[in-house]
Amino acid sequence: MKLFSFRALADVALGAALALCAGAAVAQEEPKVLNVYNWSDYISEDTIKNFEKETGIKVRYDNFDSNEILHAKLVAGKTGYDIVVPSSNWAKIQMDGGLFRKLDKSQLPNWSNLDPETLKLLAKLDPGNEYLVDWLWGFTTVGINVDKVKAALGNTPMPENAWDLVFKPEYMSKLKSCGVSFLDSATDIFPAALQYVGKPAFSKVQSDYQEAFRLVSAIRPYVTLFSSSGYINDMANGSMCVALGWSGDINIARQRAIDAKNGNKIEALIPKSGAVLFFDTMAIPADAPHPKNAHAWINYVMRPEVHAALTNKVFYANPNAASMKFVKKEVAENPTVFLKPEDKKKMVAPEAVNSDVRRTLTRLYTTFKTGL
Amino acid sequence: MRKLITRLIPRDPGRSFVIGVPYLWLILFFLVPFLIVLKISMSEMQVGVPPFKPLFGWADDFLSVRIYLGNLFSLFDVANDNLYAVTYLSSLKYAAFTTLLCLFIGFPFAYFLARSRPTIRPVLMMLVMLPFWTSFLLRVYAWKGILANHGVLNNLMIWLGVIDEPVRMLHTPFSLMIGMVYGYLPFMVLPLYANLVKLDVRFLEAAADLGATPWKAFWLITVPLSKSGIVAGSMLVFIPCVGEFVIPDLLGGPETLMIGRVLWDELFSNNDWPRAAAVAVVTILLIIVPLAIFNKYQAEQQGGGRT
Repeated sequence: MKLFSFRALADVALGAALALCAGAAVAQEEPKVLNVYNWSDYISEDTIKNFEKETGIKVRYDNFDSNEILHAKLVAGKTGYDIVVPSSNWAKIQMDGGLFRKLDKSQLPNWSNLDPETLKLLAKLDPGNEYLVDWLWGFTTVGINVDKVKAALGNTPMPENAWDLVFKPEYMSKLKSCGVSFLDSATDIFPAALQYVGKPAFSKVQSDYQEAFRLVSAIRPYVTLFSSSGYINDMANGSMCVALGWSGDINIARQRAIDAKNGNKIEALIPKSGAVLFFDTMAIPADAPHPKNAHAWINYVMRPEVHAALTNKVFYANPNAASMKFVKKEVAENPTVFLKPEDKKKMVAPEAVNSDVRRTLTRLYTTFKTGL
Repeated sequence: MRKLITRLIPRDPGRSFVIGVPYLWLILFFLVPFLIVLKISMSEMQVGVPPFKPLFGWADDFLSVRIYLGNLFSLFDVANDNLYAVTYLSSLKYAAFTTLLCLFIGFPFAYFLARSRPTIRPVLMMLVMLPFWTSFLLRVYAWKGILANHGVLNNLMIWLGVIDEPVRMLHTPFSLMIGMVYGYLPFMVLPLYANLVKLDVRFLEAAADLGATPWKAFWLITVPLSKSGIVAGSMLVFIPCVGEFVIPDLLGGPETLMIGRVLWDELFSNNDWPRAAAVAVVTILLIIVPLAIFNKYQAEQQGGGRT
């Protein structure tokens, strides 16, 4: 997590300064600068390099690892960023709050590459696809270190439903010895738990949350780490054997373990009862200082080979139908990257929740995590 | 009337200017921000930019003021939710422990520094200050590397045969205390050193001449004379420790919930700026009130109300 970023501070100052003189300088050409705020571990090495080479636009690239941080920056206003990448259900709240600028599709000729099915799913939150373009998408699931989990479970066979591993005390009590990591955010844990107990993943009913809370409290003693980014390395080097995490992150851990030749076999699972999807979407803040450059960036990302390179690097599916021929074979065939139709059917699309539900979520999560 | 004018126009403008600068500094960088936070804490939450409703309204020549105290009250509503009360207490507890440990380690440290040969003092001082040259965040991360399950310390102990399997140290109250004491120790050592170095050694010689053991002389002379250094160092450690967020977040575990994290949750997870501001206001009051009482008590003790 980035706590102190002088660059961000400089960007804010820059943004403010530009906003001040925006009135006078409308007709002028935009400075060749683009400020991007994206998730950590979420880009290919050459994505920025090639864009800079081609357009001469200097990219400043900052990272966050939770929607909460991004949201707080956006509502404070004047972030100085031209591109932000919230998950779609948070983007919905931000759109409703008037925080984004409508996309100018005439500047986005590569739009036609996008997969209509993903667009349709996104249109549920963003009618007419006016504000958001999917960067990559994935789902929240369970990742395991195959050998270590087998060893820890002993005589107990692997459950049929992967969620049982992390939500049932009889498995968790055994897995504790080799390390269990949970995503450190209420908005990731509770939808998964709700779905597991058979409630709507983004329920608006308070009692549903109590039920999900009872489920997770029972396994709380066995969670050894709460992490939303560090768990990738912990899985890769074998210090954690189970993670409730994001599908692509678990695949990154798998790749890192293979690269390090340390013998850890990491695998992302597809739970039988389904899981919650997430779409991380590019949006342009309403007060973005360089909207034209931002459009150029979005259009660049929507090129088949650029979108494919992202997927090849971070193992998250992209929404770009034309990109498939550039995706590496082993990635394209990985069923946890591009879901098979029958798996995709079981997945739940994200929805937004209101402030009251969020408060309940946070409070229950604090009790879950700390016991207070 | 004349008296009033002479009182308003100081006889020595240079003097009041010199005094005025720190006052202006405090007003500008402490009082004004505090009032802004106080104002937000008394407003109502809303979804939008800014995420709170204005306190003052102006419509049809009516000035309306809407002060909402629910956020401040809810912090004290222990019957409904004691999260805030419990985390305030735990923050105070960790801050107090850190202060005591820093004092315990820092005093001999400063004493040694003050008694060392004047020629090597600058070198020793440098060694105390040197860690400041590295980013604070980096140093906290270094502790993560040392204390982790497969970290330097565990590996060393396994290699030495002291333990068979890694001891869980990271993300526990233990690692939190290590980080806090390590981070704040220089703030204890420096004021103590500044005080102890001025201590007149002849007092100790006189005590020895009169038959006091070094131990007795230490308690009867050194400690009382260094009281102001102890107080200054303790304040410098205790106050920032109460609101500390970075160290508990990186080194602490789930069981070491402190008020900084609760504030973070209000601001980020709930996006409730007013409640977050209320938590901050109460934190400040929690620190300032005992401090003011202590100052008053000290002023009275030293007589004439002068410190």
